[in-house]
Amino acid sequence: MPGNPIDILISRAGLRGSAVQTMYDYYMGVFGLDMPIWKQYLNFWTSLFQGDLGISIYLFPTPVTDVIMKAVPYDLALLIPSVLLSWIVGNNFGAFAARSKRLDNTLLPFSYILSATPYMWLGILLAWAFCIVFRIFPLAGGYSFAMRPNLSFAFIGSLFSHWVLPFLSLFIVQLGGWAIGMRNMIIYELEADYSNYLKALGAPNKLIRKYAFNNGILPQITGLALKLGEVVAGALATEVVFAYPGIGYLILQAIHNEDYFLLQGCFLFIIIGVLMANFIIDIVYLLVDPRMRAGMQGETA
Amino acid sequence: MSLQVENLTVYYQTLRGDVQSLEQASFKLADGEIMGLAGESGCGKTTLGNSLIYLAPPMKYIEGRVSLDGEELPIWDLARMNVYRYKKISLIPQYAMNAMNPTRKIGKMLSELLRSRKISYVDLLPEIKHRLDIVKLSQDVLNMYPIELSGGMKQRMVMVLSTLLDPSLLIADEITSALDVSTQKSVAEMIVKFRDCGCMKSVIFITHDVSILYQIADSILIMYAGQLAEKASTNVIINSPLHPYTKLLISSLPKVGVKYSEDKLSGIPGTPPLLLDPPEGCRFRERCPLAFEKCLQAPPFIEVENGHFVACWKETPA
Amino acid sequence: MTTQTKKNEILYFALRNIKLRIGVSILLFFILLTFIGPLITPYDPYDFVTSGAFPPSGEYWLGTTTFGEDVFTQVVYGLRATFIVGIVGGGLGTLLGLMIGFVAGYWGGIVDEILNMFTNIILVIPTLAVLLIIAAYLKVRGIFVESLFIGFTCWPWAARAVRAQTFSLRSRDFVDMARISGVKPLKIIFSEIAPNMMSYLLLVFILQFGGAILTAATLDFIGLGPTNTISLGLMMNMAVLWSALILGSWWWFVPPGLAITAIVGALYITNVGLDEIFNPKLREM
Repeated sequence: MPGNPIDILISRAGLRGSAVQTMYDYYMGVFGLDMPIWKQYLNFWTSLFQGDLGISIYLFPTPVTDVIMKAVPYDLALLIPSVLLSWIVGNNFGAFAARSKRLDNTLLPFSYILSATPYMWLGILLAWAFCIVFRIFPLAGGYSFAMRPNLSFAFIGSLFSHWVLPFLSLFIVQLGGWAIGMRNMIIYELEADYSNYLKALGAPNKLIRKYAFNNGILPQITGLALKLGEVVAGALATEVVFAYPGIGYLILQAIHNEDYFLLQGCFLFIIIGVLMANFIIDIVYLLVDPRMRAGMQGETA
Repeated sequence: MSLQVENLTVYYQTLRGDVQSLEQASFKLADGEIMGLAGESGCGKTTLGNSLIYLAPPMKYIEGRVSLDGEELPIWDLARMNVYRYKKISLIPQYAMNAMNPTRKIGKMLSELLRSRKISYVDLLPEIKHRLDIVKLSQDVLNMYPIELSGGMKQRMVMVLSTLLDPSLLIADEITSALDVSTQKSVAEMIVKFRDCGCMKSVIFITHDVSILYQIADSILIMYAGQLAEKASTNVIINSPLHPYTKLLISSLPKVGVKYSEDKLSGIPGTPPLLLDPPEGCRFRERCPLAFEKCLQAPPFIEVENGHFVACWKETPA
Repeated sequence: MTTQTKKNEILYFALRNIKLRIGVSILLFFILLTFIGPLITPYDPYDFVTSGAFPPSGEYWLGTTTFGEDVFTQVVYGLRATFIVGIVGGGLGTLLGLMIGFVAGYWGGIVDEILNMFTNIILVIPTLAVLLIIAAYLKVRGIFVESLFIGFTCWPWAARAVRAQTFSLRSRDFVDMARISGVKPLKIIFSEIAPNMMSYLLLVFILQFGGAILTAATLDFIGLGPTNTISLGLMMNMAVLWSALILGSWWWFVPPGLAITAIVGALYITNVGLDEIFNPKLREM
């Protein structure tokens, strides 16, 4: 690993003369950068298995785990509501679009444009419109810089007003993809054999649509798992726009300060988080698909 | 007379033009009659069956009248037909294996379907159980998902579903083609049993397999390239057919006790015409060994004997 | 149906399809701009042409940045990067997905099991996180390097789709015929299966193209894009970094994002149009 991050750290401290060399040696020792590369690599993995991600260079001397743990709540606050809400609203929106040719022809192109929008661009536009032009929401940070975290209404209000716009940009962009997916699923299900049978038996459209929706939503759950990586990427970019103190913002800082320990920590956290979310979605799918349920009961009985 | 069809003409809309898949069909069906409807694939059998119950685009109604139990059916009006569907006319579809919603328990689906038609599932439950007994299905199936049933079980379940409201007319569309020979026979026999119990008045049994009709049908209607060719009682069609196409079709069937080496099966030379732009006149003309000039005009479908209809100039009294 | 009439029919529907016409027109507009743009602008993307940020005017069509760079010039040069990423990254992703999907779908058995497991692992891992790490360790990054990385990580869903298609195709009669008559597997893949999937592959490529552009935009925006050229994502990065928002220089960040949205949106709409043409079932009556 190059010594550059230490250079940055020292230059920030504004030291001069022999103090530079002393500090340099001290830091190299603290981070284990004076050892050969292979040993550094080995050390990285051994401490990783002990749950130790090392010490952040950028926020010296805070351990990387602590830095990340402080950021994670902000990510979850953005991701969980935006993913779930856009999934629910998008699916209903898509099912609605599949109702008629005219609706389909207006809502579909709109959905395609949404899903073609880069997350950060929508974020920038929202920030410009609501923070600069209309001045409804604050532009940067997780809460007002004038406040200390505490459990008051004023602080929670500040958290909320900083949260709204990043949330909205994630929510809106994801909406399009779900709507398109659901619209295609519904059209497919409405042509399925069981739909045709119900039509021939004079069942009302309402019932047939209900079945199509219930069956079409199942593949959308799997779709959620596949989309997760992309959404996380979108969240990282959105956090950069709003200087929102989540992992995305940390990554930006880590890159600028060449803080590789922090960067690796963030990387690991994202991978583990996404894998865990996938696991949860798999379980939910097992619980929701009645065929799977019936299969499991059949085996145990 | 339960079903009466007059001059029914239905086309199939495609981008290359209308496919004339059903042309001037007229026939009658007596109460309790099981009529086999046979012909090569693409001859319009399914179009005829579907147009009696669910005539939706790309099918296009051209002309004709259909009446059931003396009441005229608005088959050209998708919405108005809904009153008759299931209650008066019902269908066992070609795709019976996939006809049930895979994510609903069968009983739940049935109750939702019945409620949507303003019928109480609970009141009907004893009757449902009785009919499950007839087709030798356990009552537990109502608590199962379709995926838990075998192919034959699904077929029988759909049979019970479709006939539950004692329709006047049941359309059974190729219900035996996906099954093995022994299951075919039992399914066909159950249709007869259901008719005998009064679960439905009359049946149109669509198939490309004439031999199965021999076992269950009272009469057989033969179609060729969108036109009716011949209709008569099963015995007459099998033993003394009049239309040249019927003759060739029957003679191409294997006979019991005859070894293949002794009596080679003869196919019918040629292929049916494309119905996008069919030739004028009798559509069998080009493959017919007996064709003559008059066949350039379409022959009428007329009764030559009591209950024996045929569309061929050779059999039409001059 | 003969091949000739089939081709004519596809052409007929292609010319009539509104979605395809709109999509292709927008794409053509941007492709033209990419080629002609550098010829009509007298500047280079990083030239300081004036002092400070000015709104669009007759002289600077899309205004200038805080440093006095010409936004129009940056956009047209950035478009070039966008198309390179789309073609190289999307193309590589399609090619890899195609090969892995083909092999898995054609051979089946243990080969399929292994490849499928591999595909699923890559599919679930958030690509961007991987790209972040790789990009962060590379000091000098070019647009081609970025495209390669994107291509190497975006293939899994294409592989999945191609695998499913190959599965269904390989059980068809004509493939059996070739196999029985002793044709080598690779030859079967390229002479019997691939031609039957051409239309499908085109759709996959278009989606990969759009996906690669969006991924590159995100990378560039975080500051891990190419270090030696301008790109649309980098423009947005600079705009946010140098307070274009607070200064209200909307002409700095609106055009690059709008161009990306228009190009990717046009690709998606073209895709829907082509799908309608290739699948007669979807054609509007």
